[in-house]
Amino acid sequence: MLTILVLIPFAGALVTAVMPARPKMWAFGFAVATLIAGIVTMFTAPDTDRVWMEPLGVHWALEMDGFGKLMVMLTVVLVPLVMVAAVKDHDKRWYAWALALEAFALLTFLAGDLFLFYIAFEATLIPAYFMIGQNGGPGRAKAAVKFLMFQLGGGLVLLGALIGFYVVSSQAGPPSYLISDLAQLDIGTTAERWIFVAMFIAFAVKAPLFPVHTWLADTTEQATPATSVLLVCILDKIGTFAMIRLCLGLVPEASAWATPVVVVLALISIVYGAVLAIGQDDLLRLIGLTSLSHFGLITLGIFAATREGLVGSILYMVNHGVATAAMFLIAGFLITRKGTASISSMRGLEKATPVLAGTFLIAGLATAGLPGLSQFVSEILVLISAFDYHWLVGVIAVSAIVLAAIYVLWAYQRIFTGPPQLSKQPVADLNRREIGVITPLLVALLFFGFVPGPLISAAQPVVAPLVDVIQAGE
Amino acid sequence: MFESPGISYATLWPVLLVLGVACTGVVVEAFAPRAARFNTQVSLALVGLAAALAGTVMVGAGPHLGVATGEGALIVDGPGVFSQGLVLLVSLGGVALFAERRLDNGVSAFAGQAAALPGTPAERTASQRGLEHTEVYPLMMFAVGGMMLFCVSGDLLMLFVALEVLSLPLYLLTGLARRRRLLSQEAALKYFLLGAFSSGIFLYGLALVYGFAGSMSLSEIGAAVAEDGSSPLLLLGIGLMAVGLLFKTGAVPFHSWTPDVYQGAPTPVTAWMSAATKIAAFAAMLRLFYVAFGAEGDIWRPAIGVVAVLTMLLGASFAVVQTDVKRMLGYSAVAHTGFLLTGLLGVQNDSFGSTQAVLFYLTAYGFATLGAFAIVSMVRGPNGEAGSLDRWAGLGRTNPWVAGTFAVFLLSMAGLPLTAGFIGKWGVFAVALGAGQWPVVAVAIGSSVIAVFFYVRVIMLMFFTDAHDDAATVVTPSYATTVVIALSAVATVLLGVIPGPVLSLLVDAGGFIG
Repeated sequence: MLTILVLIPFAGALVTAVMPARPKMWAFGFAVATLIAGIVTMFTAPDTDRVWMEPLGVHWALEMDGFGKLMVMLTVVLVPLVMVAAVKDHDKRWYAWALALEAFALLTFLAGDLFLFYIAFEATLIPAYFMIGQNGGPGRAKAAVKFLMFQLGGGLVLLGALIGFYVVSSQAGPPSYLISDLAQLDIGTTAERWIFVAMFIAFAVKAPLFPVHTWLADTTEQATPATSVLLVCILDKIGTFAMIRLCLGLVPEASAWATPVVVVLALISIVYGAVLAIGQDDLLRLIGLTSLSHFGLITLGIFAATREGLVGSILYMVNHGVATAAMFLIAGFLITRKGTASISSMRGLEKATPVLAGTFLIAGLATAGLPGLSQFVSEILVLISAFDYHWLVGVIAVSAIVLAAIYVLWAYQRIFTGPPQLSKQPVADLNRREIGVITPLLVALLFFGFVPGPLISAAQPVVAPLVDVIQAGE
Repeated sequence: MFESPGISYATLWPVLLVLGVACTGVVVEAFAPRAARFNTQVSLALVGLAAALAGTVMVGAGPHLGVATGEGALIVDGPGVFSQGLVLLVSLGGVALFAERRLDNGVSAFAGQAAALPGTPAERTASQRGLEHTEVYPLMMFAVGGMMLFCVSGDLLMLFVALEVLSLPLYLLTGLARRRRLLSQEAALKYFLLGAFSSGIFLYGLALVYGFAGSMSLSEIGAAVAEDGSSPLLLLGIGLMAVGLLFKTGAVPFHSWTPDVYQGAPTPVTAWMSAATKIAAFAAMLRLFYVAFGAEGDIWRPAIGVVAVLTMLLGASFAVVQTDVKRMLGYSAVAHTGFLLTGLLGVQNDSFGSTQAVLFYLTAYGFATLGAFAIVSMVRGPNGEAGSLDRWAGLGRTNPWVAGTFAVFLLSMAGLPLTAGFIGKWGVFAVALGAGQWPVVAVAIGSSVIAVFFYVRVIMLMFFTDAHDDAATVVTPSYATTVVIALSAVATVLLGVIPGPVLSLLVDAGGFIG
């Protein structure tokens, strides 16, 4: 059943690529089918485990725990919405790549085998590379190469860790890449630390974390907003997902050993990303940089390694996905109307486009963590764990909220308030299709803001064993 | 009394068949009328290679595997037969590419008459009369025969003879390009001179090793080495022999011929040679180092490690600045040699060891490079092939299938998952790391990142850049080339997604037999 969930979008990508008539409808159909399959597998999905490459100990093993469920839901919900939002400015190749990306992303979230995870992890780059390079701003080819070089660099370092696991595993007996088997391995302290460093570099590039974040801003600026949604809201989550699943899960002692460094990097990301975002003129770049700040918070929550922090981070990943997707899509609608992403060339749009302005404000405030919107709960949890870790860390992390309020409100003020610009063509408000795309996201933001229970209960069981392992290791 | 050596024809007939086909080809060349030669030669070569391939598979599955024959001069064991089969597979593709006559208005990629100097009336006459070098097929068969012997050589003399048999035809084939003949001849001369030098050095090393061990047989040398490994005679011998083999594989600092020869040779020759020579040379190198010098691993491993590091770094770095696609692939071949040498550093064991990793890498690389050069031969401008990378811009828009397939080969060479190259890279890194060679693996990972850059740049050029005015066009080839490209692409993807069967085959094939 889980195999089918992965195969649907993959088949969809192939069908979309060769279908001469109405490929976008086909792509959307497959995305919806994936959504349905995703919902079904939420309730009933036995794990799969088949031997794949025997001499290497690689298995085709898929499993879905609470954490996986959340990430899968985020993915399967966002993809069809993005497809509707993106219909005007993408061709069928983009749709095919988007489905391929979805398939590989789902595979990473479901993989119960490290080798399988790695293959999917790297394979996501190919569709992403083509999506960035084929649609977007004038500097897109360069941005695509920069994206790929950073990601592949990280990926090859991860390959080192992968091989390290093989060497350790084959010394202990017949090699196996099953994550459950690897967790049992007795790795020496030095080897474990090296493996951790290699894995963390790869996931930090993916996540992204300071100082390997520089691809993010360029990519979000040059790619289309729809591509950015898939990249930032789904693909980058693989990084933080893997930090929890693989760093904490497989090498907990080394994770505890590295925590001070990681926390500092996370704090720099939080503050630096937010400060850079405040000064940005390019709206897409601004949103990209806010994500840098948010990923810093997520990483902080993961490595502070308390129950609250981990739950908060997992929630944050979902909520950030929803809120940032809304931001990117709204920004995209705005940019289609104005023909530019430059904030300084927009002014006083509030009158002409009240719905657009309203949705922008809600999504923006959600990313800034306003109470009543979903991100608030997760942010509080992360901040509590930050204070638990060290009061100074907490204080610095809290500044993120202030800074977030500044960049959101200031961007809103610059774009929407003030005297309207005199232009030849009036700017139209959101049409029905666009409202249809944004509404589910905003509803989700509001709903989980008031009722975070389901998310927390999905995350709790995942977190408990991890925290136990880590605290036992300390 | 002289006793003739016993020869096991049951295991050697594929090699003898290929050499026999080569000789028959010479006879055909002498007696068949000109009009009939092309068809006769091509079908002879194809049938011969196919029969030899079937024979190799039979030998591999048969009861005679692992016997020493010809008084120990030839050892037909699992890895040897596997590499022989691989050479034959690649050569079948090579013949198909050699026979391609649709790309260049009905003539092959080879010079009409090599003896006619470029730019002379004789050359014009040759091209007006539509002359064609059908000698290339027997030449190729001789080289294939040499390669097959190289893969199973069990003693030093056989190793040298096979090396010469495979090298000499290659020098000639390199100089036979129809277009840009001066470049081609210069490349051939360079290849020949450097190759002759390296053969000499190899022979010198061989003599020293013989002087040390008092025997030509690899297994007896192995026993002698295990007894007394610190003799300067032996160390010098190992070094000099390694130089000869490293030259053949294009390792730094003996790589300087590679880009020139890759660029100058007719593209079908480049395609076939780059894959087949590397397979044969590494098969022989593995056997030499494991069987004969295995006991001295501590001494040659660091040296090979240094060579591997230099080869990877230099190959990848120089490839970045190339503007010609064949030169770029040439330097990329140098970088791949470095990765293969990394695999050589591992240890032999009965499951997934160095031998298996290197042979799998060769399989992956062989298909990717054969397909990639086949595509290079299709992308043309008014003056023959469009080598300059600028002219490849926008190919992804005009010819999505061709550019897409080329991208698959490049991604495989870059080692991205779901292609054969990834499993290959994983394998050689894993065995090297397993042997504790982590500094080399770290450099290998670093140079992989550099290498990715130039592969990706070509993909970017093809897909994200608009075509120039003088953009290259894709000429529709005959079925032969299309089939070669399609099969290579399928093999590249298939070996990446389900490498299990081939890996199991390699593991079952076991290690080298002394």
